[in-house]
Amino acid sequence: MSMLKVEDLCIKVHDRKTTDTLVQDVDFEMNKGDIMGIVGESGSGKTMTALAIAGLLSRHDMEKSGHIIFEGINLLDIKRNVLRKIQGNEISMVFQEPLNSLNPLKKVGWQVEESLRIHTSMDKNEMRDRAIEALRDVELQNPEAVYESYPHELSGGMRQRAMIAAAMIIQPKLLICDEPTTALDVTIQAQIVELLKRINRERQTAILFISHDLSLVNTLCERVIVMQHGLVKESGLCDDIFNNPQDEYTKKLIAAIPKSPFGI
Amino acid sequence: MTGNNKVKLIIGLVLTGIVFLMLLFGIFYTPYDPMAMDASVSKSISLKHIMGCDQFGRDVFSRVLVGVKETMIVAGAVVLIGVFFGTVVGTLTGYFGGWIDEILMRLNDAVLAFPSVLLALLVIGLYGGGRNTLILALGIAFIPSFARIIRSEVLKIKNLDYIQSVRLFGAGHLRIIVVHILPNLKTVMLSSILIGFNNAVLAEAGMSYLGMGVAPPNPSLGRMLSEAQAYIFTNPMTAVFPGITIVIMILGFSLLSAATEKG
Ligand SMILES: Nc1ncnc2c1ncn2[C@@H]1O[C@H](COP(=O)(O)OP(=O)(O)O)[C@@H](O)[C@H]1O
Ligand SMILES: [Mg+2]
Repeated sequence: MSMLKVEDLCIKVHDRKTTDTLVQDVDFEMNKGDIMGIVGESGSGKTMTALAIAGLLSRHDMEKSGHIIFEGINLLDIKRNVLRKIQGNEISMVFQEPLNSLNPLKKVGWQVEESLRIHTSMDKNEMRDRAIEALRDVELQNPEAVYESYPHELSGGMRQRAMIAAAMIIQPKLLICDEPTTALDVTIQAQIVELLKRINRERQTAILFISHDLSLVNTLCERVIVMQHGLVKESGLCDDIFNNPQDEYTKKLIAAIPKSPFGI
Repeated sequence: MTGNNKVKLIIGLVLTGIVFLMLLFGIFYTPYDPMAMDASVSKSISLKHIMGCDQFGRDVFSRVLVGVKETMIVAGAVVLIGVFFGTVVGTLTGYFGGWIDEILMRLNDAVLAFPSVLLALLVIGLYGGGRNTLILALGIAFIPSFARIIRSEVLKIKNLDYIQSVRLFGAGHLRIIVVHILPNLKTVMLSSILIGFNNAVLAEAGMSYLGMGVAPPNPSLGRMLSEAQAYIFTNPMTAVFPGITIVIMILGFSLLSAATEKG
């Protein structure tokens, strides 16, 4: 049995009169330790898919259908309190905007500890030790100082690392990264991708990596699904899709990748 | 903070400083008993009565000090009621949306549609005048505008990634609201409290001027203006000083709120 199985996922928004289909018939599976990418232009429904898997789409005007089966449980029809347990313990997410993903008024360390505070009965010192360890583990220099700092005192890359630390502190089985590097410059991007690779290798954490950048996905993921207008256009092994794209849209995406001057 | 804001802040602090000084005196010490009448005394300004005396021979300066206290008590309580319930309503509607939002905001709009003076008149008509009724009436009238401000801010914050993120960590609604959203409202709250306080001062003065506020013989700035108008030509100082005091209050708090907004 696969760890995560998404079947016929549809997400619709009901406005007063019209109904918009944001995501339509999305299917894919992930196993423990898998690292998979979702690529597509902006507005193609990547974030919506991710939020649905994370159980963060609970808006009144949204209708979800299909199945999101995580370890045998359909996340779309369980009670909120069960969902919260699973969320806190098994699924974590890193968001796109490092500026908005941390609370500006709270210290970084306090925020990294938040899921421990909710799910465990650790005392202050234990939590602090765990948080500093988590900050060190995402290769932040001087984790003690980062622990005591406020988000605005950190660079975008550092904030994103801190977010990964906060997401990883409870050792989730699935880490969803929604364009975690889009707001960062290229060298930092590469470092974050390396970090995710290492986390995946060492902890066997499955990673669902969302990006609009096919070449970035290719450096990190084994498999990829290509989305456009809420539909899955193509899915399969990265190498296959990169070398032998079937869908017109995928071909366009590949053609749009800037060639490096050394032809690599 | 820009230079312009700094000037506003300084002048605002000086003016509100004067007001708070008057408040302290109003509470702890007045040169004369503000209620004591003395028909024999001269009404004009003198060293003994620096703001003169009113038609009953009561010391205007003492009455202004106590009036500041009364006005501030009413305005403070009104803002407290408005902010407290406004925050509750605004947070619930903004955070949960759906039918809670529909119902509460409809109610809110209904209250908002009444001019606040009219609403206050209604409550006072039902329950009789006096300070407490005035506080209740104005307090209710003040809830909707606070609720709107808080609601729109909550709407903004609740969709930010860090709220999504703690939601995913498994935080419940109560924890998200109390620990993660409310503290981030404090800038908005501060500036709306200052503006609200101003409106409350004006509303109190207005209501008391209409004879529906603080009961005589207790002075409030609005009452003093109202009583003074019959003697505006024979003894203008009894109107001038409470008037100036209201202006100082309003100006001080406006400048402070202007300086704290988007500093
Ligand atoms: N809150 C919302 N309500 C209605 N439609 C939305 C909302 N958020 C996004 N959308 C729409 O859903 C579609 C998919 O958006 P999204 O999943 O964010 O795309 P991506 O992450 O791939 O850029 C877009 O067409 C967008 O306009
Ligand atoms: Mg997106």
